[in-house]
Amino acid sequence: MTEFAVILLSTVLVNNYVLVQFLGLCPFMGVSNKLETAVGMGGATTFVLTLAAICSYLVNKYLLAPYGLEYLRTIAFILVIAVVVQFARMFIEKTSPLLYRVLGVFLPLITTNCAVLGVALQNTLKANNFLQSTFYGFGAALGFSLVLILFAAMRERLAVADVPTPFKGAAIGMITAGLMSLAFMGFTGLV
Amino acid sequence: MALMHASSPHTAQPQTSANIMQLVLAAMVPGIVALVAYFGVGVLFNLALCGLTALASEALMLKLRGRPIGFYLRDYSALVTAALLAVALPPYCPWWIPVVGTATAIILAKQLYGGLGFNPFNPAMVGYVVLLISFPVEMTLWVAPATVEHGLPDIEEAFSLVFGNYQVDGFTMATPLEIVRHNNSIIMSQLYNEEPVLAKGSIAGAGWEMVNLAFLVGGLYLLYRKVFTWHAPVGMLAALFLLSTVFYDSGSSLSEGSPLLHLFSGATMLGAFFIITDPVSSATSTRGRLYFGIGVGILVFVIRVWGSYPDAVAFAVLLMNFAAPLIDNYTLPRTYGHAAPRRATEKED
Repeated sequence: MTEFAVILLSTVLVNNYVLVQFLGLCPFMGVSNKLETAVGMGGATTFVLTLAAICSYLVNKYLLAPYGLEYLRTIAFILVIAVVVQFARMFIEKTSPLLYRVLGVFLPLITTNCAVLGVALQNTLKANNFLQSTFYGFGAALGFSLVLILFAAMRERLAVADVPTPFKGAAIGMITAGLMSLAFMGFTGLV
Repeated sequence: MALMHASSPHTAQPQTSANIMQLVLAAMVPGIVALVAYFGVGVLFNLALCGLTALASEALMLKLRGRPIGFYLRDYSALVTAALLAVALPPYCPWWIPVVGTATAIILAKQLYGGLGFNPFNPAMVGYVVLLISFPVEMTLWVAPATVEHGLPDIEEAFSLVFGNYQVDGFTMATPLEIVRHNNSIIMSQLYNEEPVLAKGSIAGAGWEMVNLAFLVGGLYLLYRKVFTWHAPVGMLAALFLLSTVFYDSGSSLSEGSPLLHLFSGATMLGAFFIITDPVSSATSTRGRLYFGIGVGILVFVIRVWGSYPDAVAFAVLLMNFAAPLIDNYTLPRTYGHAAPRRATEKED
């Protein structure tokens, strides 16, 4: 049990995929303009990331490894992720058409969210077993959603701030993300 | 008879920004006096360097942004940022530490966000964290308090420490929090006898406890003058006290220090009354401020005890600044005459 708590703590705070490992930055900057969208994106990414971590583990263990096809890992994982994203897309379209419309192009773009591929590859590198991989994926997704939602709430406030013209929009967003990353360095050494 | 043509509200607001900032500066005086008494003139060097840099960088940014310089400089907010950073920096650090820190605080964390009232992060804490991560060696050399061992640098030595390349090593000593953090061999009561800085003090190390007490007095004065409400400081101190009590094992070698050590050492009181009460970068509603304070208290304890930084107020404040807009979103007070508050996420647009 402690093992899984450590994995969660590590992926959510100490080695946060966005603010410490700098993966998955495009949805972090792109979908953080409104809190509502960010919450939806966080949910969708959590779903995809956990499922993709599980599927890529299974593919690696039962398809690639037995036939010595590890050199195809990256391509195979991208395929797995694309399938999972398509599944999530159909799922959201049926369950919440509004969220589907709001997420728009960013939903298929989860495919190119490097955090998803990053988690799948890290899992094979760390030789995580099935449960560890699942928790690793889930923790990474929680960490991603946490900072995405906090960042979105902050950007709603920044949108009404008297920011100097050259720094409006993405520029001040980047500076804020940098400062947030500095703050997350405080968690160094926790695990 | 002169007829007033002002529109509502007709009650005058007695406190202006400048007024409040002056009060905060005045309330810091006891803490600064205690710091000078125990750590010497180095504190004054920091104050002077930070103050000058703050005014210069604020003026520069206001000029670049085409804002009235005199008007904004007279609100004293830059000086408050400078003073908060100056008392947090180790005394006798090289001159470029306060200069770089204050310039970062004012330019990056305040003016780029639109100046006073818009900064999402506490500028002084941004300056501090940037310095701590960029220059960890200079930022962790604290001189030993005056009542312990080898005495403080005199004014000439202070000059060469700050502006020359004289090394401060001969005067330094680990802070009480660092000593307790790195101890895992002897029990607490023995540690309190052996370490001079703890032995000369009564609960949280010579000097440090008096500095914290002085900031507590200043903070209570601000509370009495209604500069801020009790919610954030009480939330932070209560959370820190509760956690350190729960995890206190009455002083074994693995102990992380008594609750009183956590309350009266490091930057606890400075943080509780002067930093997390910043009305701009903390949460807005009273309930939100309570949660904000509790969050800071929890993070301070977690990072102090399990993290790799012995004092954690700056990191904890920045992390909670980061969470403040979301806290605000979920703690909207009920509008008079309306039913349950509607979250901002549900608003139509």
